[in-house]
Amino acid sequence: MENITNAITLVPLNHYILLSSIIFFIGIIGVLTRRNAIIVFMSIELMLNAVNLLLTAFSAYRGDAAGQVFVFFIMAVAAAEVAVGLAIIVMIYRNNNSIDIDLLNKLKN
Amino acid sequence: MSSIIIIAITAIVVLYLGLYKVKSALLPVSVLGLLGAAASLVCVWDKNISYFNDMLVFNNYAIAFSILLIATTILIFLLSGNYFEKISSNVAEYYTILLFALSGGVVMVSFQNMSMLFIGIEILSVSMYIMAGIKKTDSASNEAALKYFLMGSFATGILLFGIALIYGATGSFNLVQIAGKASEQPLLFYAGVIFMLIAMTFKVGVAPFHFWTPDVYQGAPTLVSSFMSTVVKTAGFAAFLRLFGSAFTSVPAIWTVTLVVMVVLTLLIGNITAAFQQNVKRMLAYSSISHAGYMLIAILLLGQASPNAILIYSVAYSIASVASFGVMVAVKEQKGSDDLSAFNGLGRTNPVLAFVMTVALCSLGGIPLTAGFFGKFYIFGVAIAANYTWLIAIAVLMAAVGIYYYFKVIIAMYLRESENSESIQLSLAYKFVLIFCIMITILLGIAPALITNIL
Repeated sequence: MENITNAITLVPLNHYILLSSIIFFIGIIGVLTRRNAIIVFMSIELMLNAVNLLLTAFSAYRGDAAGQVFVFFIMAVAAAEVAVGLAIIVMIYRNNNSIDIDLLNKLKN
Repeated sequence: MSSIIIIAITAIVVLYLGLYKVKSALLPVSVLGLLGAAASLVCVWDKNISYFNDMLVFNNYAIAFSILLIATTILIFLLSGNYFEKISSNVAEYYTILLFALSGGVVMVSFQNMSMLFIGIEILSVSMYIMAGIKKTDSASNEAALKYFLMGSFATGILLFGIALIYGATGSFNLVQIAGKASEQPLLFYAGVIFMLIAMTFKVGVAPFHFWTPDVYQGAPTLVSSFMSTVVKTAGFAAFLRLFGSAFTSVPAIWTVTLVVMVVLTLLIGNITAAFQQNVKRMLAYSSISHAGYMLIAILLLGQASPNAILIYSVAYSIASVASFGVMVAVKEQKGSDDLSAFNGLGRTNPVLAFVMTVALCSLGGIPLTAGFFGKFYIFGVAIAANYTWLIAIAVLMAAVGIYYYFKVIIAMYLRESENSESIQLSLAYKFVLIFCIMITILLGIAPALITNIL
């Protein structure tokens, strides 16, 4: 454990912040531009993983375990969210034979 | 804490009752469990107990909002009678999932640590994704579920990024410690605050992040929409205020401008779009956006009076929403539609239902002698105390627009003729909930002092 935290701190903190921010914004752009529900969903997971990386880096730099515990919370909750989300996507696919989110425009005035 | 445990255990018991096909026991057991949870909260009033290393703190603020959430859920359960049975055969799951959602809501109003905020929001949201899509073969329900799910998890991602940045800036997830170390690394901290602000406004449906709300409310089964617009919204605002009121008090300057713009946009978009709707359910969805705008005013000006103003507004809004959604469910069941024309002539065929709807809409519109008037009164009081008179001018103007579209329904009920003169038969529990909501609305409209000094 000690070795890992030392290894993490070999890279300057700013690099972690930059990397996480880039991954996070790739995720946001994916959510906003992609039209396939699964890919939108993957982009959201990318956003969550960017957060996990950032929390781990902060946690190692501060020598405080709380950040890493929070990462476990995120992983567990994200898994629950995946279960529900994929079920919803399967349900849509069964009814429409497609998971293109542009098909979802029936609820308009 | 015991209330969260009681609600979760009730949910599991109800699930097992469904397994053993004891359908008639589902509602009584759920309501009893909720009453027990509310009683356990009343017992710890004024005690300020904290749990798990200050992760959850049950102060009076948390208790008052938890009791409001539980009471609203009981009312919605009583309305559900045989509504859920008509949608699907798995009735126990509805009660279970709504109870789990409620336990998430209680965590959201009592958190003292960012991790509990996150867990509470997720328990509530994941349950609501399921509830929105509970009509498996209905395309509107499917669409609502997917939209709610994608937008909700997107907002969660933004929330988590904000939490991570704030953790980086302060080294803590505890609200009190965060407030103490706010100025250590201002750049990271401010970025985190903005991300959290965006995520929270997403969750409560404030413009410009409101676009999912009308679709989701319209697509979801009506009673689920009423749960979303009352319990979910109240829990969201209570968490919002708790977060900003205790952790970010030292840096209001960076969010005030953003929030003012959001308030004005929300009031304009919510009210003006609602005025053009022909579908009453969609109109109520837009009106719930506009109510989020009024409640946001209290968060904008974090003062001593804010918690109380939000509480009064939430009470008035929740009770009136339950009543209006309840009437809408009854009308839709008979006429098969929730368009404005379905309400034609309701005043003649069902005078009681029409009266309930009238009082509920008057309360939502903020007409004196109803609870909604005092809700708006105290919110505007907060703003006037902080010299935001121009904001009040816009808010009052928009409240007038609100009265216009609420009265469209009232006019349809009393002045239009209907083709169908059959009256709607209601069960006893249904009548009880509607009459109870109306009595509370009028009681608080005459004697607001009953709840104005709670917090």
